[in-house]
Amino acid sequence: MVCKELIPLKKYILQRLVISVITLWLIVTVCFFLLRLLPGNPFASTTIMTQETLDRMMAYYGLDQPLWKQYLTYMGNLLQGNFGYSLKYAGRSVNYVIASTFPVSAQLGFQALVFGIPVGLLLGILAAKFRGRAMDAGINVFVIICTAVPTFIIAALLQFVLGLKLGLFPVAQWKSFSYTILPTLCLSLGTISGYARSMRTLMLEVDRQDYLKTAKAKGLGNARIVIFHQIRNAIIPMITNLGTEIAGMLMGSYVIEKIFSIPGMGAYFVDSIQGLDYTMVMGLVIFQAVIVIVANFIVDLLYGIIDPRIRVA
Amino acid sequence: MSEHLLEVKDLKVSFDTYAGEVKAVRGVSFYLDGGETLAIVGESGCGKSVTIQTVMRLNPEPPARIVGGSILYKGEELTSKTDKEMRSYRGKEFSMIFQDAMTSLNPVVRIGKQMCEAIRIHEKVSHEEAKRRAIEMLGKVGLSNPETVYRRYPHTMSGGQRQRVMIAMALCCHPSILMADEPTTALDVTTQAQILELMQDIQRETGCGIILITHNLGVVARMAERVAVMYAGQIVEKGKLSDIFYHPKHPYTWGLLGSMPDMQERSDSRLTAIPGSPPDLFAPPKGCGFAARCPYCMEICLQSDPEESPVGEGHTARCWLLNPYAAACRPVPPVGRDKQLVTPEVAGYLERKGVTQDGQ
Repeated sequence: MVCKELIPLKKYILQRLVISVITLWLIVTVCFFLLRLLPGNPFASTTIMTQETLDRMMAYYGLDQPLWKQYLTYMGNLLQGNFGYSLKYAGRSVNYVIASTFPVSAQLGFQALVFGIPVGLLLGILAAKFRGRAMDAGINVFVIICTAVPTFIIAALLQFVLGLKLGLFPVAQWKSFSYTILPTLCLSLGTISGYARSMRTLMLEVDRQDYLKTAKAKGLGNARIVIFHQIRNAIIPMITNLGTEIAGMLMGSYVIEKIFSIPGMGAYFVDSIQGLDYTMVMGLVIFQAVIVIVANFIVDLLYGIIDPRIRVA
Repeated sequence: MSEHLLEVKDLKVSFDTYAGEVKAVRGVSFYLDGGETLAIVGESGCGKSVTIQTVMRLNPEPPARIVGGSILYKGEELTSKTDKEMRSYRGKEFSMIFQDAMTSLNPVVRIGKQMCEAIRIHEKVSHEEAKRRAIEMLGKVGLSNPETVYRRYPHTMSGGQRQRVMIAMALCCHPSILMADEPTTALDVTTQAQILELMQDIQRETGCGIILITHNLGVVARMAERVAVMYAGQIVEKGKLSDIFYHPKHPYTWGLLGSMPDMQERSDSRLTAIPGSPPDLFAPPKGCGFAARCPYCMEICLQSDPEESPVGEGHTARCWLLNPYAAACRPVPPVGRDKQLVTPEVAGYLERKGVTQDGQ
């Protein structure tokens, strides 16, 4: 069985690899030229500059070269894994920025996922199992609040109540595990509400399936039916979005990181595009693209393990 | 007290929905003995499935609710049992085979695992023992390479194979009653015959009672000893095969027999249909459920529901025409084609079983 599946799997991975490389190349190219189409230049907003200084800056960063030449140089550097230097933060390479901020954002995102997904699924399952009763209504209200109230308000509330009033957790900064709890909680609320709602719908969908009646007719207990037969089937469609979800969470959140003064990657996204920091934008976009592609690939393999019907063969 | 294996008396089941109470089963009584086959026939939505699913208590409660009546299994009352108590009956005493084998197996769990689960829930056996028995059962239902089937997923198998798996799964704890809810409807004709044959073999071997739900009167003639005809949540007529096929007393049964396609008939003749549709069970009619569609409908039929009248040994029908006062207007069954309501196909099955016009 294993041997039979191994050869096509190798081919499948190779195929995916080729497609991924092409995708990445497309992203890099489109992004590169789109950025240059934006009006303004990276140094316009810094300080008042004479034309002479500006020209020298442009020459220093190679921005005076024809566009195709810049593109080739960039691609050359990229192939060596070099994202270049930031145009805004003098002397800081994009590689350095990613290396120093990604671990923070990734840890935060990872914690939020590890907490948020199971809680979200659990709430969805409970809501479906107690459909139409108080438990369902309560979870629904919670989900609506999480979706409707902006994160910064919930974050501020949590900071005030849990941090200031009760003094349970530090309000801001990023030093030890206890510092991560409030931002993790805030970041996971979106995941929790999203997963809870989808899972509830999917559970109810599976509820009507014939094989659940078969399971009941076999004399299985409710817990066994729900866990072994219902959840396993309900969870399959949830996996589709998992890749994008993981990538999105690992890349950091601008709002959360600002509110909790976390030295993560989220802020760089917004700042660099505002300041037309070409190299930084490119570096972050490519990095995110790689993460999305890798995450989706892993999720697709996972899909095959959970759902035998779409196993690659 | 009850000499029958299963005895259902005046069973009433309702579903509480947002739109109101649906009286799906309105006073159904029947019995089943070991080793015999009872067929329940009737059109869609007449309460056949609800009835047998109520015996196993498979309908989610709520919305389903047993309003009244009793279900005696080996003399034990089942209607008052809790869901937890019913678990030891499901799969062990009663098993169910569903109509659509394509969707009745969990798509993400291997066949073997689904079978072992059924065995180990009822009997304390080791995993290896359960596996051995599962494979043995898979072989018994005529699947080749049971060891391979054991490791397969449902989507890799055909409809007929899956229905065999369903049967194997239903039988692995040796139930005394096998309920089959249109087990062959979703299968093609050749596979249908094989599955029916398999069920008969199993019955001969294990002596289990079978309750068979079907639309197909050919299947009834072939499989059953007794028949219950259901309409609008009630059994309108029940009796032995010869009673129902050769001496039907209820206009609905006449209609049902008359609407059977006859392959040997001239091709330009049209199928006879019963005009109209079954009553709304949200608000069942005050009188007879069939009155609105009945060609022999009388004043009384619209006013009050007829009682079950005995018309022969083990043969009853619910119809005002059988009332002594209606004797004057007792009609003759509609003899549409060649004074025969039974098609040659059915007649062939009946003859093979030795069922004659004068009773068995």
